[in-house]
Amino acid sequence: MNFTLLSPSGFWDPVLWLIFLILFGIIGYIIYSRGNPSYKPNTEQVKPYLSGNAEPSKEKITVRAGDIYWGFIEAMNGYYDALKRMHTGDLRDYILWYLGIGAIILFILVGGV
Amino acid sequence: MMEQLPALMIAVPLFGAFTTPLLKKRYNAAAVWALIITAATLGLSLLLVQEVLNKGILVYVFGANKPTLVLPSGYKVPIRIIFEIDGIGAFMALSATLMSFVGALYSYSHVKLETGLEKYYALMLLLEVGILGMVLTGDLFNLFVFLEIAGIAGSALVGFRNYRGEASEAGIKYLIVSAVASLMVLFSIGLLYGEYGNLNIAYLSRQISFNTVDMIALGLLFVSFAMKCGSVPMHYWVPDAYTEVPAGINPTLLVATYASLYALFRVSFSLFGAITWSMARVGWIMSVLGVLTMFIGVTMALIQKDVKRLMSYHAISQTGYMLLGVGVGLTVLNDPAKLAAFGRDAMAGGIFHIINHIIYKSLLLMTAGALFYVTGTRNLNEMGGLARKMPYTTVAFIVGAAAISGLPPFNGFASKFLIYETSYQLNPVFTVFAMVTSVLTLASFVKVFASAFLGPPLEKYEGVKEVPKPMVVAMLILAALCILFGLFPNVVLDKLVYPAVDALLKLAQYQSWGGLA
Repeated sequence: MNFTLLSPSGFWDPVLWLIFLILFGIIGYIIYSRGNPSYKPNTEQVKPYLSGNAEPSKEKITVRAGDIYWGFIEAMNGYYDALKRMHTGDLRDYILWYLGIGAIILFILVGGV
Repeated sequence: MMEQLPALMIAVPLFGAFTTPLLKKRYNAAAVWALIITAATLGLSLLLVQEVLNKGILVYVFGANKPTLVLPSGYKVPIRIIFEIDGIGAFMALSATLMSFVGALYSYSHVKLETGLEKYYALMLLLEVGILGMVLTGDLFNLFVFLEIAGIAGSALVGFRNYRGEASEAGIKYLIVSAVASLMVLFSIGLLYGEYGNLNIAYLSRQISFNTVDMIALGLLFVSFAMKCGSVPMHYWVPDAYTEVPAGINPTLLVATYASLYALFRVSFSLFGAITWSMARVGWIMSVLGVLTMFIGVTMALIQKDVKRLMSYHAISQTGYMLLGVGVGLTVLNDPAKLAAFGRDAMAGGIFHIINHIIYKSLLLMTAGALFYVTGTRNLNEMGGLARKMPYTTVAFIVGAAAISGLPPFNGFASKFLIYETSYQLNPVFTVFAMVTSVLTLASFVKVFASAFLGPPLEKYEGVKEVPKPMVVAMLILAALCILFGLFPNVVLDKLVYPAVDALLKLAQYQSWGGLA
């Protein structure tokens, strides 16, 4: 059985890719296993140093979903404002969009363009 | 039995749907019964695929042996309901039955605490009947009837948790959107019936003359099915419905959406396939709608905080890839050189992406359902550190997220690879949008992974544990399929996808009911 996927301009062989992934995974593990031997988990060594301040609760230091990509969303504010205006949640708007797109497609198909 | 296979594909789940309400308040029995029926239908669909691959188009005439009635004048006309099953129909039927089975397995535990479960399972089987009817029939009015069955069963399931106001609202919205689209489909069928006096798709495609009335019918069918499959900018119902429907129904509802996409392809390639001058226009419309759908879908997903709503926007975005792939093929349909060079592969990419997406999106929506099951919330801001508590769900999520983002060697990569390469040959701008969409998809799922699964364990989730076994098994089946379809894409392409593509391209075969005419 041939596992190579031929495309119009190239090929993709996932089995070969997987073999290389495993190979590089082994190399990575060897490098990792030769790491710093003085590291000891679950000791004072791994506690964060906060200049003497008390460590905040776990809830407070968790990065919330709303904070991730904040910069990207701020930069795209204009685009998102337009998108949010489109997404009204009003069923009448859903039907209006359908009618509008239907009219455009009919115009193209019946010979308008 | 083999010759009755197409009828059994409808009869078995329909029998299940009508008998399940008899198990009133015996919820475990109803769940097991639904599981048996969906497993039996899955077995039948595997036989159906084998039959279609071995023998070509299967034609089943209700109440007769032959599709046509021969008049004394020698004129042959089809008058009965006919099921005409080719490669794409069999492909869709297999997707529908597989997802219904996995959905029933997941539902066994997921909705255990709800009431009225005999209705839940009856509606789930009825939804399966609607989808199977849509993809197997060769009759336009029959298509409308099954579209209605799927629409009504789907909207009842979306509003199933009617103690939540949002679920009732989403159910009503889905019902009205479906009703408007179905009404326009019925109106188009009426136009064609008024002109040609027949409802059989193969027969109509031979008679159709592409006059103004026919083109109006094409336009109405196109826009109605495009809305039902969640194409931008008619996608607004998708996040409402997918978010509120119980996660065990998500796989079947996804296939119901793609049954409309199938209908869109059937209309474009079979019913109106003989048209030469307008198909390139329809192909361009499909491709542009595809690019808009993928980009707007993914950018909306990126700002969501509700995990199921986020995944619902991704469902919209992924539909764009399918529209793009098949749209590219449709654009070059009447150019044999381009069709052979990249059009057929573009369609294969689009159709391969349907089953890939059904698998990984069902998996992701199930992991979202698992998070809701455990935490009681869908708000990502309130989650964190769940990877240690839910290891199987975490692994399933990682596989699904990698697959939807198009990371090798998962299944999403193989279909996207074909779509990127082929759309580039029609217009490189399409490819740029498709690749940017993949990057944003990955970014979006990194956000879900970081906020729900990573981070320190939260006190309020101290006592939570992994979801029950049936839910885990359902998720792991789909995760395994994501890996297998990704590692052996050629097997799926050769056995399922290219036969489906060729079924759409070989119009003469479809028109002659596989040579019976």
